[in-house]
Amino acid sequence: MNLKTLFGKKGAKTIKNAIWREHPITSATLGVCSALAISNKVENALAMSAGVIFVLLLTAVIISTLRMLIPSRVRIIIYMITIAAGVTIVDLALLAFFPTISEAMGPYVPLIITNCMIMGRAEAFFIQNPPKLSLIDALANGFAYMYTLMAIAIVREVFAFGTILGIRVTPANWVDWVVLAAPAGAFFVLGIFLWIVRTWAGVEPPTSS
Amino acid sequence: MGETSLLSIFFTALLIQNVALFYLLGMCPFVALSRSLKTAFGMGAAVIFVVTLTSSANWVMYQLLEKTGSQIIQYIVFIIVIAACVQLVEMIMERFFPALQSSFGIFLPLITVNCTVLFISLKVTVVDNLSYIQSVVYSVSAAIGFWLAMILVAAIYEKLDLIGNIPKGLQGPGIIMIITGIMALAFMGFSGMV
Repeated sequence: MNLKTLFGKKGAKTIKNAIWREHPITSATLGVCSALAISNKVENALAMSAGVIFVLLLTAVIISTLRMLIPSRVRIIIYMITIAAGVTIVDLALLAFFPTISEAMGPYVPLIITNCMIMGRAEAFFIQNPPKLSLIDALANGFAYMYTLMAIAIVREVFAFGTILGIRVTPANWVDWVVLAAPAGAFFVLGIFLWIVRTWAGVEPPTSS
Repeated sequence: MGETSLLSIFFTALLIQNVALFYLLGMCPFVALSRSLKTAFGMGAAVIFVVTLTSSANWVMYQLLEKTGSQIIQYIVFIIVIAACVQLVEMIMERFFPALQSSFGIFLPLITVNCTVLFISLKVTVVDNLSYIQSVVYSVSAAIGFWLAMILVAAIYEKLDLIGNIPKGLQGPGIIMIITGIMALAFMGFSGMV
């Protein structure tokens, strides 16, 4: 599949940037809170990514369509109201259709509002680009967010519970690594994940200030 | 949570269910600012101040929304209250306390998108439904807990940075995650306290 023929030159560049070079979590460390808190089970990680992608798409459409009308002084408030409205929809939808997941995620659903990744994309991209390109950017960033969350969640669920999506994958005499289900485990897995990806992608370490 | 004593709320929020190390929140400023003890200190202080203010304001707002039965817009209202409070604090500081403004004023705009602030507002209203006094105690102690975790990690990072043999890919966010992880393990030891 050739990205250039599908999305045009600019679209292809946007996608490549989002899912590898300027990956929101590994390179800019945005949206880390939810990547840590919701990654103890694959099921929750999926629901969280779906929510974030939905809000990201909604924000992309609204902000990029209205970008000529938004005065730059109040733009941050406008992003927030848009995002908060999107999150309200996600929260109510989860409550109605997936009550168990909604309960497991608890207050982390409304916290999508302060997921810096969405604000970051709105400020860096949606406010300057037309709706079509913004949509591509939102999709690519959402995908990048999702695969990172899934990678961390799979590691944590396999080692901590011996399952993936509730299906047992480890031998019967497997001893669960309980610490990986605890908050501390999230930090270790994400830390090692960042180490691997940053070494591989050759991200320059930040200069110490 | 009606009859829980204020002291147990204090220790739970400060140590056992620390916002940063148990709920894993506020990680964006945590990672970005834990590289120096001085900035970590300033950010933490700003968080304590803003959290106390916004969660009391949001507590009042929540009672109003509940009375009028319009909880559907609660998230939008909360986030606007937080943004407005931060803006107000910034303006007041600029006018009356310019010295304070230059020491931690630069962190104020960042606080609006700090998940800790919104989380604490949600926790005292929607999640736990605390009384006013309880909610103030909870917010203050949770914010102090965030500040504590932040300066602990920053202090360790500064020492590690002096030795300076961290692998290249692990520098910056990576090593902060690992330090925070070890700190979270240590804080798990508090879980039998209350």
